[in-house]
Amino acid sequence: MASVWEYANPKKFIDTTDRLLPWVAALAVVALVGGLIWGFFFTPEDFRQGSTVKIIYLHVPAALMAINAWLMMLAASLIWIVRRHHVSALAARAAAPVGAVMTVIALVTGAIWGQPMWGTWWAWDPRLTSFLILFLFYLGYIALWSAIENDDTAADLTSVLCLVGSVFAILSRYAVNFWNQGLHQGASLSLDKEQNVADVFWYPLVVCMAGFGLLFVALVFLRTQTEIRARRTRALLARERLS
Amino acid sequence: MPELGKYAFEVLSSYAVSLALIVALVAVSVWRARAAKAALDDVEKRIRKDG
Repeated sequence: MASVWEYANPKKFIDTTDRLLPWVAALAVVALVGGLIWGFFFTPEDFRQGSTVKIIYLHVPAALMAINAWLMMLAASLIWIVRRHHVSALAARAAAPVGAVMTVIALVTGAIWGQPMWGTWWAWDPRLTSFLILFLFYLGYIALWSAIENDDTAADLTSVLCLVGSVFAILSRYAVNFWNQGLHQGASLSLDKEQNVADVFWYPLVVCMAGFGLLFVALVFLRTQTEIRARRTRALLARERLS
Repeated sequence: MPELGKYAFEVLSSYAVSLALIVALVAVSVWRARAAKAALDDVEKRIRKDG
């Protein structure tokens, strides 16, 4: 069996993801479109929240991916720090804008959902606040990569920023449990059937979460290929200038 | 179209904003991927030609 470290070779990574990308992208489209149509058109209203419950099919998967994207960046950053594989640093860079967009979707849909349910667009609630800080970390991470010309130095500094920001990625998931206060309710998803959302909402939600997850994987494959090619172009141009 | 009642604006605007952001993210990613591939191909071709 091939070692996972083989994919640290940029050519091997591009060859493999080139083969996988069409399948992952197609599955993402099927799951995302299927899940959203199912949730939007074929699920009932909630007895308390009315039709706003349909926002769950965007809000929860986006929030989940906002946190998971940062955790993926954390894993890739740690690999960079320990093993100095450029592909892992570039994969972390590639994932950041995807995670930032997921965070914006979670924040915006949360505000739109919160207005009729809580009577306000925003509150300095532990989960909302930690999510906003996570978004600011995403912006800082993206800006830091762009601000530093040397790729290795940028990878070093952004990896450290990623480690620090991980505190807020974890806080944004568990803030409700830690502080047990604020407007945001506890986790909507639970292995305890009594606490989990009703099956009629749960099944399409699972499909949407799979769709968001597959979309994230497809975009990270594509964007990492882009970063690898851009880095190779910069290296060739630099070599050409020197010769 | 399902009956969304008094929350139609909230539900529809959530879907509109989210789908617009996702489509924009995918479009920018695909555009950048094509541009990066074309730029690398150009440089490699030029280097091969120049020896």
